[in-house]
Amino acid sequence: MIEFENVTKVYPDGTKAIEEVSFTVEEGTTTVLVGPSGCGKTTSMKLVNRLEEPTEGTVYVDGVDNMAQDRIDLRRNIGYVIQEIGLFDHMTVGENIATVPELREWEQSRIDERVDELLELMDLPGNYRDQYPRELSGGQQQRIGVARALAADPDILLMDEPFGALDPITRDNLQDEFLEIQDRINTTILFVTHSIDEALKMGDQIAIFDVGEIVQYDTPTEILQNPKNEFVENFIGDNRTFKQLAITTVEEVMEPREERPPGDGDVISAATDGGDDYAIPADASLQVALTKLLGSEDPTLPVVRDGRVVGTVSERHVRSYFGPTEES
Amino acid sequence: MGLIHFVLGLTVGSAYVEFIRENFTQLIARLAEHILITAQTVLIAVPIAVSLGILITYNDQAATAVLWLAGIAMTIPSLAAFGLLVPFLGIGSAPVIFTLVLYSQLPVIRNTYVGLTGVEEATKNAGRGLGMTRRQRLQRLQIPMALPIILAGVRNAVVIVVGVTAVGAYIGAGGLGEFIFEGIRQGDTVMIVVATVVVSVLALVVDYGIATVEQLLRLRNGEQIEQRVSTQVIRRAVQ
Amino acid sequence: MQSAVSTVAESIQFLSENFPEFLQLLQEHLLLVIISEITAIAIAVPLGVLAVRHERLKSPILSIGNVAQTVPPLAIIALMFPVLGLGFLPSFVALFIYALLPVLVNTITGLEDVEESTINAAKGMGMTPYERLTKIRFPLALPVIFAGIRTSMVINVGTAYLAFFIGGGGLGVWVISGINLFNMPQVLAGAVTGALLAITLDIGLAVIESRIGTASPDSSQVAA
Repeated sequence: MIEFENVTKVYPDGTKAIEEVSFTVEEGTTTVLVGPSGCGKTTSMKLVNRLEEPTEGTVYVDGVDNMAQDRIDLRRNIGYVIQEIGLFDHMTVGENIATVPELREWEQSRIDERVDELLELMDLPGNYRDQYPRELSGGQQQRIGVARALAADPDILLMDEPFGALDPITRDNLQDEFLEIQDRINTTILFVTHSIDEALKMGDQIAIFDVGEIVQYDTPTEILQNPKNEFVENFIGDNRTFKQLAITTVEEVMEPREERPPGDGDVISAATDGGDDYAIPADASLQVALTKLLGSEDPTLPVVRDGRVVGTVSERHVRSYFGPTEES
Repeated sequence: MGLIHFVLGLTVGSAYVEFIRENFTQLIARLAEHILITAQTVLIAVPIAVSLGILITYNDQAATAVLWLAGIAMTIPSLAAFGLLVPFLGIGSAPVIFTLVLYSQLPVIRNTYVGLTGVEEATKNAGRGLGMTRRQRLQRLQIPMALPIILAGVRNAVVIVVGVTAVGAYIGAGGLGEFIFEGIRQGDTVMIVVATVVVSVLALVVDYGIATVEQLLRLRNGEQIEQRVSTQVIRRAVQ
Repeated sequence: MQSAVSTVAESIQFLSENFPEFLQLLQEHLLLVIISEITAIAIAVPLGVLAVRHERLKSPILSIGNVAQTVPPLAIIALMFPVLGLGFLPSFVALFIYALLPVLVNTITGLEDVEESTINAAKGMGMTPYERLTKIRFPLALPVIFAGIRTSMVINVGTAYLAFFIGGGGLGVWVISGINLFNMPQVLAGAVTGALLAITLDIGLAVIESRIGTASPDSSQVAA
């Protein structure tokens, strides 16, 4: 858990980076700090592992004031991924990943095991171990960057525009992969980006920064539905509805099917009749659902999870979710 | 006259062969002296210069001052430095080694400094963020990355040292310069040519040797470079 | 310490007593250095351009240059004796050979290090290879080439002392005969003036360099 309590940071040259910032990142969740450049989001992140130190206020890491913790130990217990990737070019991929375990003087066998595990987690072939970073593409390098950050199994992971330097397609792939990884690890994540789309996609909670302060701290849905002020509205930009479609799952709007005793024949057949193209997975986004509905002759489509029909969805459900005040 | 003699000497290669045969033991002895002075200089100069190079990364003003001073040391003519040191250190190899240690400072300090400070900011930041202490960043990131560059500086210095050691014979330090000065004094073309060729080959061999080690270090650091023949041979032998 | 101070005082006295001779030696020294340096620049810069424009020539040009630099200066000086005898000419040739490489290497590096995007922009504007060389590559490479000339010049001043051994004259006369006669004030007078000469030439070139640096954008504006 990370807690900011009235944190102010003023640089020696007098620039005020952030002022009286307070927020909490609950354990195991992802909070995205988002805002235009120079808004203080990166400074806020660096206050967590003490690459910067607060002028006033307190940052609690796992309930303890981080200024009371040893700076070096603190950093070794917190994963850190940066936009420039910053792999150590003179070390192999394996050595890069092993950096923090080595610093913490793990046993060699344990380190080797962990490196294998992480290569697998990041979907990198085992023979990458002995290659040098310069031989790899940007996307692969950042996979290693993330693996290196996760190596010592930190409770907290800081990600400073981790996918910012990648091309859009690679970025999208890595975001998807990382979302899957996020489900598998129970890590508290603080993520910095300047892209609201990335924030909406990656965050459980989003903190929108304007010059030095947080203007709204909410879930993605809440931010899209109820932007607090004009700044947030402008920052989200046009296509709010469209963005919401991308982050809302079918499950949230569908008409649930009544529970029936298991083994009921027609449940299975409904799912299999139309094949994969026909049914919509429960965790698909409304964007996917709408695309399917528009392309289908049926006005209502079944929603499935694990091969079982769990509900139905139609255009009406989607519309009603957004309410009557929908802008055109 | 001299030219005729030179050409004559070349065509009648036997004169050279004969000279080498007659003076073989002495040539080897002078070569050994030459190598010894070079080695002594390197052993003293490199630790000093590398330490200075590391120290000045902590302070920009000190860096400017130290590099400037090392540059000034380079402008002192070698012969003059020898001459001025003789009253204090006597004749022989001592004033020569002292001077050569001074000369070696600039290339090694400069390359150490450039190598260490040239490490990318992102790399250093990543190291800091992963919880490396300043010392660990130096040991694990900066020094290994700078090593080929430092070695290039050492190579530069050693080539200078081999060359200037030849001049040191003038104040009785021994080495291959003895033959060169003796040859000039006696107008003995064969002696001059043999001695200069040997000293030049020594310089070239040392240069090539260190350059090969430098390449091996670069390869170990995962750099992609055009490899010399020697580098390829060593890598094949090791694998 | 006492003796060092008195040596300095004596060397100043020596210098003032033998001032006409000093001027004579300084002139010889400067003449050797400047003529050999100018010749080296006149050869090395076009050679560098050639090497950059013809990839095949680059490697042999650089290797020859490298070998010439690795061979000890005393060896080159000594080798000139059997070939050209004694006097100004062999000294000049030896110093010229030794001054060549730093200028050559820096010319090649400077011309090659111009960013690809800059060259592409110039190509896109329709500049011919010759125009790209004279208007883009060369002006951008000039500071690097100048740095090479400065290095070469400082080395040259020091190497010129050795020219005494093959009758080239210069400040080496005082230093070497001083060593022979164990006359420390004379050695010091010859040495320090040479070191000061090297530093002065280095600073002088730095000043010229910064003048050129600020002048070139103006001239290109005029050209445009």
